Amino acid sequence: MRGHLILRVVSKLLIPFLLLFALYVQFHGDFGPGGGFQAGVIVAAAFVLYALIFGLQAAQKIISPALLEVAVPLGVLIYAGVGVLTWSLGGNFLDYGMLDSHDPSHGQHLGILLVEAGVLMTVSSTMLLIFYAFAGRGR
Amino acid sequence: MLIDQFPAIVVAAPLVVAALCAIIRRETACWLLALVVAFLSFVGSATMLGQIQEYGEPLSYKMGGWAPPAGIELRVDLLSGYLLVLVSLIASAVLIYGRHSVRSEIKKGLRGLYYAMYLLCMCGLLGIVITGDAFNAFVFMEISSLSMYTLIALGKDRRALAASYQYLIMGTIGATMYVIGVGLLFTITGTLNLVDMADRLGPIMDTPAAIAGMAFVVVGLSLKIALFPLHLWLPNAYAFAPSAVTAFLAATATKVSIYLLMRFIYSVFGFGFAIEQTLIPEVIMVLSLVAIFAGSFSAIFQENVKRMLAYSSVAQIGYITLGIALANATGLTGSLVHIFNHAVMKGALFMLVGGIALQIGTVRLSDMAGVGKVMPLTMFGFVLGGFSMLGVPGTVGFVSKWYLAIGALENGWWWVVALLMLSSLLVLAYMGRVIEVAFFRERPEGAAALKEAPKSMVMTAWVFILACIYLGFDTSFTVGVAEQAVDVLMGGAQ
Amino acid sequence: MPLLAGDVEGMDMEGLNELAFVLGGVNHWITVFLIMAGLYIIVSRSNMIKKLVGLSIFQTSVYLLYVSPGKIIGGTAPIIIEGAEDQLYSNPLPHVLILTAIVVGVATLALGLALVVRVNEAYGSIEEDEVYSDGDWN
Repeated sequence: MRGHLILRVVSKLLIPFLLLFALYVQFHGDFGPGGGFQAGVIVAAAFVLYALIFGLQAAQKIISPALLEVAVPLGVLIYAGVGVLTWSLGGNFLDYGMLDSHDPSHGQHLGILLVEAGVLMTVSSTMLLIFYAFAGRGR
Repeated sequence: MLIDQFPAIVVAAPLVVAALCAIIRRETACWLLALVVAFLSFVGSATMLGQIQEYGEPLSYKMGGWAPPAGIELRVDLLSGYLLVLVSLIASAVLIYGRHSVRSEIKKGLRGLYYAMYLLCMCGLLGIVITGDAFNAFVFMEISSLSMYTLIALGKDRRALAASYQYLIMGTIGATMYVIGVGLLFTITGTLNLVDMADRLGPIMDTPAAIAGMAFVVVGLSLKIALFPLHLWLPNAYAFAPSAVTAFLAATATKVSIYLLMRFIYSVFGFGFAIEQTLIPEVIMVLSLVAIFAGSFSAIFQENVKRMLAYSSVAQIGYITLGIALANATGLTGSLVHIFNHAVMKGALFMLVGGIALQIGTVRLSDMAGVGKVMPLTMFGFVLGGFSMLGVPGTVGFVSKWYLAIGALENGWWWVVALLMLSSLLVLAYMGRVIEVAFFRERPEGAAALKEAPKSMVMTAWVFILACIYLGFDTSFTVGVAEQAVDVLMGGAQ
Repeated sequence: MPLLAGDVEGMDMEGLNELAFVLGGVNHWITVFLIMAGLYIIVSRSNMIKKLVGLSIFQTSVYLLYVSPGKIIGGTAPIIIEGAEDQLYSNPLPHVLILTAIVVGVATLALGLALVVRVNEAYGSIEEDEVYSDGDWN
């Protein structure tokens, strides 16, 4: 895409803010509407925009499909890992309160943060993989 | 105590290992991991079932430490414990069986992912059974269904893709109907916990919203069960999926949905309303009887043996739902026993057919001429499995049909008994066709030399065939647990 | 104004009730419409992608069915703010459930489309009549 000067400049401007907004939605999940699902989709949207403007190959140079294919199950493992951790601390599966021995509500904050990190990872890489799979088909 | 954590371990372990398999992707390592985790699930389920039988108390697990009804509850009682043992047992056995057939049917790079999908599917099926939350059951249903569509699409034939698409459309309609029903029930009760929902529904069961919710749930689950006339996705899906997937699917997927239907009809809507005041038992009875005959008739005319067995599954599902419609303790026992028995015998038959498919490359009846002489062990197993489907005394098929017949007589429905007898003749017709072709026809001149399928396949199938006969004589496990589970179902209602 | 008052008194209360029934349940009417529209598309179209579009519409009806009864007019997000603990709030549970259902819907749609792409590569067509009539399904 040599042409499309305006699109390229504007999207270059937009993408950092998209990613920043994704992080805001991610960490705001504790206090208001937000969380890993929404943030993951926004992250994926930023990369999809990049791929649309600069081409699929350029996007795949930044995040390769092989990396994404590892990231999807890794996010699930982070999620389940928190569950296993709470088991090892003597609680039930995903009982976040166990993560902090002094104050259960601190543990719950920490647990949600970790779990949402896993969700962000899985959702963003799944959405991007779906995009790669369809966009790269038939070339 | 560790056993308190078993309900979560049984579901979470396959999920974790599925993710691990998707990272590792090496065939042998994934297979070993899958086998270990499936076997662990089986041991865990069996331990829980033993525990519940001993103490008579259902196990309740608070997910994340949140108490029900607000939190998600995993609940194992006799009925769900029984289904857990069934699913994890079949899952482990099919893994042992499937090693060779997966190698021949699935592309090299995809085999690791195949095991990941298989474990996800198993996780979903176990989850549906174990959860005590109506919406959570939907999520697990979709986990198992989505992985199932993928597994079916892995079949070698291009028709597998179209069959998988057909199943996706029908399955999603079914699941969405179910979730619409749950939504209506949730709006009027404000709870998703099945036990709590049953309590709150009691006084308002005859309101229009509750009845509409019930109708949606029953129709949605009937689609998942493949109850006639909603069975159209089933024959193609079973016929074109890889052999190991077919064996697993036929033995577990529909059974788990039947479990959920029983839960809803008997535990949530309650015997007093769903059975006595609605047309549900009448409708299910008529559809079951039609399913038995239509399924068996269609099976007679199939040229593809896997498709024939699939149509026979439609008929056998009819027997199981007939027990639900009989709505007495004996009939329900027959239904529950047949869930286990049908899984064992149909699993074995599909495994044997998978072995034939591996050796001769097709499952068309015309290509199977004289196979009985070159693969005697396989075909002899097929004959015994056929006897069991027929309901010959001394096999499992007889036990479940016996209970169903007695249950029908208790209701005074002697004509149902007559129809049951008549339907056995149809089984004789379609199973007899295969046996005639395999044993009494000569192999065509110049056909490639054949030998038995690999030992692991034949042995696993034979373990199941022997189980068909053993469980036909010693019914203490199946009937024993089923009778107690029926007490749970009927007791919750009366 | 006696004329007007007389009019109100004379008005058919049953008619008013019916109006309330129709307008009050507007979210449910839309839900029903979406269910029927989705199912109709699935049944009537033979193009596999159009069928998936129908399926998506069908699933969308569920989102509305769950979320709309959870909304309370004037209710806020259920977050405790110091000094205003007894604020009116909407039930968060339906939203969470539907978030899950949306994810399930996306996954189903993606898988369905992937299958259609593969069907197109294998058959050269995505019309169901051609795909299913092709070859011997027995």
